[in-house]
Amino acid sequence: MTTTTASAGPGERTVGKSSPGAARGPRRRTGRIRRIGLPYLLLLPALLLELLVHLVPMVIGIVMSFKELTQFYIRDWTTAPWTGLDNYDMSVDFNAPVGEALLHSFLVTCAFTLLSVGLCWFIGTAAAICMQDTFRGRGLLRAIFLVPYALPVYAAVITWAFMFQHDNGLVNHVLHDQLGLTDKPSFWLIGDNSFVALLVVSVWKGWPFAFLIVMAGLQNIPKELYEAAALDGAGVWQQIRRITLPSLRPVNQVLVLVLFLWTFNDFNTPFVLFGKAAPEAADLISIHIYQSSFVTWNFGAGSAMSVLLLLFLLLVTGVYLFLTSRERRSARV
Amino acid sequence: MSSSRTAAPESQTAALRSRTAVFRPGTAAPRSPMAAPRSFLWTRRVFLTLLTGFVLLPVYVMVSSSLKPLEDVTGTFRWLPTGLTIRPYIDIWSTVPLAKYFVNSLVVAGVATVCSVVIAVFAAYAVSRYDFRGKRVFSVTVLSTQMFPGILFLLPLFLIYVNIGNATGIALFGSRGGLILTYLTFSLPFSIWMLIGYFDSVPRDLDEAALVDGCGPLKALFRVVVPAAIPGIVAVAVYAFMTAWGEVLFASVMTNDTTRTLAVGLQGYSTQNDVYWNQIMAASLVVSVPVVAGFLLLQRYLVAGLTAGAVK
Amino acid sequence: MRSIRAAAVGAVTMSLALAASACGGGSSTGGGSNDSPKELTYWASNQGAGVEIDKQVLQPELDKFEKETGIKVKLEVVPWSDLLNRILTATTSGQGPDVLNIGNTWTASLQATGALLPWDAKNFDKIGGRDRFVESALGSTGVQGQDPAAVPLYSMAYALYYNKEMFADAGISEPPATWDELVETGKKIAEDGKWGLGAEGSNLSNNIHQVFVLGKQHGADFFTADGKPDFTSDGAVAAVKQYVDLMAKDKVIAPGNAEYAQNQSLSDFAKGKTAMVLWQTASATFKTMGMKDDEWGVAPAPVPSGAPGAGTHTNSMVAGINMAVFKNSDNVDGAAEFVKFMTSDAEQKILNKAYGSIPPVKSAQSDPAFNGQATSVLRETLATSAAALPQVPDESQFETAVGTAVKELFADAAAGRPVTTESVKAKLAKAQQQMPTK
Repeated sequence: MTTTTASAGPGERTVGKSSPGAARGPRRRTGRIRRIGLPYLLLLPALLLELLVHLVPMVIGIVMSFKELTQFYIRDWTTAPWTGLDNYDMSVDFNAPVGEALLHSFLVTCAFTLLSVGLCWFIGTAAAICMQDTFRGRGLLRAIFLVPYALPVYAAVITWAFMFQHDNGLVNHVLHDQLGLTDKPSFWLIGDNSFVALLVVSVWKGWPFAFLIVMAGLQNIPKELYEAAALDGAGVWQQIRRITLPSLRPVNQVLVLVLFLWTFNDFNTPFVLFGKAAPEAADLISIHIYQSSFVTWNFGAGSAMSVLLLLFLLLVTGVYLFLTSRERRSARV
Repeated sequence: MSSSRTAAPESQTAALRSRTAVFRPGTAAPRSPMAAPRSFLWTRRVFLTLLTGFVLLPVYVMVSSSLKPLEDVTGTFRWLPTGLTIRPYIDIWSTVPLAKYFVNSLVVAGVATVCSVVIAVFAAYAVSRYDFRGKRVFSVTVLSTQMFPGILFLLPLFLIYVNIGNATGIALFGSRGGLILTYLTFSLPFSIWMLIGYFDSVPRDLDEAALVDGCGPLKALFRVVVPAAIPGIVAVAVYAFMTAWGEVLFASVMTNDTTRTLAVGLQGYSTQNDVYWNQIMAASLVVSVPVVAGFLLLQRYLVAGLTAGAVK
Repeated sequence: MRSIRAAAVGAVTMSLALAASACGGGSSTGGGSNDSPKELTYWASNQGAGVEIDKQVLQPELDKFEKETGIKVKLEVVPWSDLLNRILTATTSGQGPDVLNIGNTWTASLQATGALLPWDAKNFDKIGGRDRFVESALGSTGVQGQDPAAVPLYSMAYALYYNKEMFADAGISEPPATWDELVETGKKIAEDGKWGLGAEGSNLSNNIHQVFVLGKQHGADFFTADGKPDFTSDGAVAAVKQYVDLMAKDKVIAPGNAEYAQNQSLSDFAKGKTAMVLWQTASATFKTMGMKDDEWGVAPAPVPSGAPGAGTHTNSMVAGINMAVFKNSDNVDGAAEFVKFMTSDAEQKILNKAYGSIPPVKSAQSDPAFNGQATSVLRETLATSAAALPQVPDESQFETAVGTAVKELFADAAAGRPVTTESVKAKLAKAQQQMPTK
């Protein structure tokens, strides 16, 4: 196992990582060309694959967004007529139905993502903190909690769809028949409740990942901190607030960003839950774009919407990284 | 994003952590030497009980539905099923070629995982141990690929694969190869990201010593750094595997009946006129058991592995 | 420094090369050829109870074909969830099968791509002539006035399936022939958790099929003669309202049906929860759901006059599967040969029997198998009172937009919100605005 020894200022090592690390490394023995070339050689496979599977297709996608790529032209997309910014105009004309629907879908996605990421993070963190101490059955419980992460997406979501049925589903059976909480059985897969249904499924599927990451992060919090706090007379709740949560901040920075990107772009969950036409209340942007391109054969419009989405995510991520890094920098001073 | 990795957390915590942190799988530092108060214990008990119920509810539904005849599955839900049958577990193999899909999924996810991990190890080693121009650009580019909506590049990617096929004769569309290539790239960014953090936590002195002893950089990587980072690598492997295992959209257009994976193959239980709910559940359980089992075997490493990657 | 530049140049060159190679679009955009005369690829749609079962049905026939002609057919049965996406990507890339099955409602849209071989007189002659096919089935093979883009393979029609025992219990002797009778019958049956009629409120295609037929009965088409969307005509609004009102006002459809999209209405029917469903060729499904053949009856779907016929007496859309050939096939002659084989009398009988559908080939219909209780109603409907869905390139947009509107109206009805002429019209107007303007 990796034991980070207390040698030569580990603190600086983390801080100074971007300062020439190579200076200490291979310089002594390897030739100049190799020294310069090697890192690029090591990056090459990753770079080529990213180019092939992500970057070049994205460039093509951006080109497509400036074309009228409907069923009349898809057979040879290069000959499709250029439309300039028409696809974008249509997408952001919020007074017309297409733009209005896109805006609505965007807002729904934002609300959904905020709630889902928040809940996933909260449940994951709470569960990880609860399972920090050893108690009987902890191993079993941890195993159970990982099951949603390991089930194939289709299987998990179709099961939830099955449970959310109006007439025969488990959810209504419990809420209405057994607990009597509702006057009449509710609809979960159509109408406004579909947002709740989608959220529940998304959280069910997503929180174990947060749980894993946070649980791992907790292992790195040194015991001494807790001992010192206990000597100061801090109770469990105070320890959680004053030590556990602040120490998790670096973990959370990464975790929240990753969860955010995954949730915002999630296609599989709504697609399996609702099919090709999601109810308005749960019309996530990924499904919306799918419908605007594959289902209605307008790949130009779909690409334009995708590009807008990409720009938005780039902006959010940039701001997020800027803010969280600054916060941490200032916290360090 | 590289700044997130390089910036140290609160100085005190960082110093303390680096002095004491011992990544030993499965051993969490106990929070407090003194006994937790009742309020905490009760909150914990209630919370964990509710959570367990929430997690297991769909699993219970899957198990009980998979044991019912089709007429009963579509009927009103009952907690205790009547008229149990194992028929669905027999029928699943003949309705769709489940075994073939399962093998396809294993091959695709397995090979994609191995390739993804190897490539990520190289890339992460370069970023972690070398200083070079374009490092930041590389890191940012890698992160930004996580933002592309899959729909944007599904069609272009398909076009590229077809044209590569026409130009070189390498069949990428419809083959396992194309799917492997796609999936390994999906998991690559986060894998690299995690591994950089993990490699950073492996003391430099170790590989420097190896270099002094006359190892080349690659030898140092495989003799020293990789063994020291095994937990992180296992974590990345599990992540890469799950990414490939569950993907639906790309698999649905890039496979044909000989290469179809489980994620889309399971949809074959829902035909134009019938939906075999009981068989869907049975098949899902059957194919999940090996994965869950493997997952649980590895979770000790996974827990230890994610730590460093995420923290640094 | 130099190596960076080299790397950058390399990366850019690489991406440009890839982009350029991707620019090819369809590989052989021109016509087809006969470069590989001994082989064909065939994508079959999933017609039976699972892809494996379809393979068992089709493979022996393909073997027969190989024996006759020496052409080997590589079969792939594509599940419905993937079929349209697979066809789209095949069209875009030029990398597809030689012969394929398509849902007949997609034909006009696919025809617009120009990827399918047109069936002009010459091509029709190769398979025995246009006259061999039932006229209504031919009406669903592409835009009027153009050469068909496909030939009919299996035909289906809507009919009213009813539960004999439930009818007897409620003292009903005759299945309803008009909508008024249907509502009346449904009301008699609706009690104790039993309902009159089943529907698939969240299934867009099914919604379209139903409101299209009702539209015909109200004298409305959803497209003008020159192919422009026309969703808000009085007839169209009345048709949609009438369909949704079966749940909202007449209360013969259970509210729960609003979320059905996975054929739950069929299992409700098989379990005796609903007494009637309007469906296409459902007999095989009832059997797998444990319903015996003598437990259900079948009658023509209702029309206002009680006597199905053409025009406003239409009571079904022309449902079915067409067979198409990709233009860039490298075995065009073999493909035509294969279509001829599949549409031959003998194969038509075997395949349609296996799938419970009706042969669109006239001479094959005489087989006694298609004159049973269930099939004769369907055959009769197809011959006299079925109309093809609008044959316009924007058909799939129409299905999505209007199908979704009906789905949302059903959701309103199920939640107890009022469904009025105004609310229907507003939804349809919104649907129409989402249609492409060009």
